Amino acid sequence: MEILGLLSDGVMVSLMPINVMLILIGVTLGLFIGAMPGLGSVNGVAILLPITFLVPPNSAIIFLAAIYYGAMYGGAISSITLGIPGASTAVATTFDGRPLALSGRASLALVTAALASFIGGTISNVLFTVFAPLLATVALIFGPPEIFALMLLAFATFVGLGGDDIPKTIFSICLGLVFAAVGFDEISGAPRLILFDINGFLHGINFLVLAIGVYGIGEMIWTIENTRGEITTTEAKMSLKGIVRDSKEGMRRGWKGTMIGSFLGFFVGILPAAGATPGSLMSYGVAKLVAKNPKEFGKGHPGGVAAPEAANNSASTGSMLPMLTLGIPGSPTTAILLGGMVIWGLTPGPRLFTEQPDFVWGLIGSFYISNVFALLVNLAFIPLFIWMLRMPFTVLAPLIFVLSVVGGYAATQDMHDVWLMLVFGFGAFFLRKLDYPLAPAVLAIVLGPIAEPTLRQSLLLSSGDASIFLTRPIAGPITVIAIILILLPVIKAVVTRMRGSRENAA
Amino acid sequence: MRLAEILTAGILALLSIYLMWKSTELNVGYIRGEGPGGGAWPFWLAGIMLICTGFIAFNWWRRTSPPSQSDDVLLDGYGKRTLVLVGGGLIAFIGLVNIISMYGAMAVFLFYYLRFLGRHSWNLTLILSLAIPTTFFFFFEGLMRITMPKGLGFTEPFYNFLYSIIY
Repeated sequence: MEILGLLSDGVMVSLMPINVMLILIGVTLGLFIGAMPGLGSVNGVAILLPITFLVPPNSAIIFLAAIYYGAMYGGAISSITLGIPGASTAVATTFDGRPLALSGRASLALVTAALASFIGGTISNVLFTVFAPLLATVALIFGPPEIFALMLLAFATFVGLGGDDIPKTIFSICLGLVFAAVGFDEISGAPRLILFDINGFLHGINFLVLAIGVYGIGEMIWTIENTRGEITTTEAKMSLKGIVRDSKEGMRRGWKGTMIGSFLGFFVGILPAAGATPGSLMSYGVAKLVAKNPKEFGKGHPGGVAAPEAANNSASTGSMLPMLTLGIPGSPTTAILLGGMVIWGLTPGPRLFTEQPDFVWGLIGSFYISNVFALLVNLAFIPLFIWMLRMPFTVLAPLIFVLSVVGGYAATQDMHDVWLMLVFGFGAFFLRKLDYPLAPAVLAIVLGPIAEPTLRQSLLLSSGDASIFLTRPIAGPITVIAIILILLPVIKAVVTRMRGSRENAA
Repeated sequence: MRLAEILTAGILALLSIYLMWKSTELNVGYIRGEGPGGGAWPFWLAGIMLICTGFIAFNWWRRTSPPSQSDDVLLDGYGKRTLVLVGGGLIAFIGLVNIISMYGAMAVFLFYYLRFLGRHSWNLTLILSLAIPTTFFFFFEGLMRITMPKGLGFTEPFYNFLYSIIY
C-alpha cells in the first residue's frame, strides 16, 4: 500500500502542467530522433541534456526519460518503413517489420510495434515499481560467465532456428564478431585488426556502419535488381477501421512475443552493461524458439515485431533500475542520465529512494505517463509514416540512400565509415544473392563488445578453465540450452535420416 | 550462380586467412595471469570462418545449397546495369561530399536519381533535390548540432548565410 501511495504521488508530480508539456515534447522529439537512421536515444538525451538545466531536476529527468521512451518507439519506424534500423535496439524489428511493409502490411507492423512497446513499457513499469530493490540485488549475481552464457544463447537461437544454410549462418556470426573486435584491444590497449593498415579502423567498426550498409544499401540495390524496377509503390493503406483490425491481429498473433519481450527484455535490461539491444535480440530469438511455426519468422510475422519492440521498451525501463538503485548504468543512455543526475546534485544509489523520494517516485510516475503519451503520439503519426511508404519507389529509393549516407556519417562523423558502409553495402548485395544470412552478422557486431570482455574475464577468473560456463549455477543451465540449440540442426538431421531409413525398411 | 558460389567461398576463405594472420599481431594464446591474449578472440573466430568456408565448398560439391544447383548467372544485363547506375551514383555521391559538401552532393544525387533513373518531372525533381538537403541541414546542424562536411572553401559564403539563420 505504501508503494501505491508513493506511486500516486509520483504520478501527480509528472502530471503537473510543466511536466506534461515536457513529456509531450520529449516523446515527440524522441520519436523522430529514434526514427532517423544513425541517431538513437543516446544522441537525443546527450544533445538535449544541457537544455534541462533550465528546469528543476525533477522535470529535467522526466524530460530526458520521455525522450528515451519516444526514441524506443521511434526506432521501429525506420526499421519497418525503410528497412534501416534506426538504432541498435531496433535491429531485430527489421527482420519481420520490413517484410510486412513490403507485403503492403506496414500498418499491421507499425500498430503491433506501438502496442507491444506500450505493453512492454507498462509491464516493466509495474515490475520496476514493485521489485526495484530486490531485482537490483539479483542483477548483481550476474557476473561475466553468466552474461557470456546469455550472449552464447542469443547466437545459438540464430544457429539452431535459422533454417538457413548453417555454415553460412555461423560464418556470418563470426564475421560480425571479428568486425566488432576491430580497433583496440580493451585489456592491453594495443591496436588490433587495423585492416590493410588503414587508420580509419583505429576507432573500430560502428555497428550502424554495417547495419546501414547491409539494410540501407545492399538490400535496396538487391530490391531494385530483384524486382526489375517494376515496383512503384507498396500498397500501404491506413484507416481507423484498419488500425482496429491491425491491433486485433497484431495482439492475436503477437501476444506471445509481447509477453516474452516484456519480461525477458526487462530482465536483460537490468543487467549492468547489457541494455536494450541484447534484450530485444534475445527476445526475438526466444519468441522464434517457442513459436508454433518458427519458419514464418523473418518473412513477416507480427510476433517478430512484437517481441523486440516490447523488449526494447521494457529493457529501457529495466536499465534505469541499476542506475537508480546501485548507480550502475545499464546502457549508454542511462550512463548519460546518470551524469545528468550527478550534475543536478543527486547521488544515485540505494539511499536515493529514501533521501529523494519525490525525485525517484516522480520519475517512476513519469514512466507511466510517458508510456501512454508515447503510444498516443506514435499512433497519431502512423498515417504520416504510411504516407511515406506510398511514395513512388523511385522517390523512396534515393531518399533511403541519402538517409543511409547521412546516417552513416552522423554515427561516427568520419568519411572513412561512409566509404566502409558502401563497401559493406556492395558486399551484402552479392552475399544476399548467394543466400548468406546477414542478420546474424549485424546481431554479432552489436553483441561482440559484450561477449568478448565477458569471455576473457571469465577465463581469467577460472585460470583458463572453460568449464566455468558449465559449473556455475546460473551460467551452467543457460550454456547447456545454448549448446543444445547449436546442435539442434544436427539432431534434426539425424532424426530425419533415422525416420527415412525406418520408412524405407518398412 | 554455381560458379559465383565457389568463387565467393574462395574469397571468403582468403579473407578468413587474412584475419587470422592479422590477429597474430597480438598474442593468440593464453597468458598466465592475464587471460586470453588480445588476438585470441578474433583469431579463433576467423579460424571458425575458415572451417565454414570449407563446409560451404563441400556443400557446393554435393550440390545441396540452392546457389550450387542453379545454372543462372549471378548478374544478367539488367543486374549489371542496375549495379553500375545505382552503385556508380552512390560512389559519385560519396566522392562529391568532400568537394561540394554533404548537402550539395545530396542535392546532385537526388537530381540524378529522380530525373535520370526515376524519370520524374523537372518540377518534382527540383523541389525534392532542394527541399530534402535544406531540411536535413536545419535538422542536423540546427537541432542535432551535428556538423556535416562542408566541402571546399567556395561553399563557405553559402553556409555562412544558412548558419546566420540558425544562430
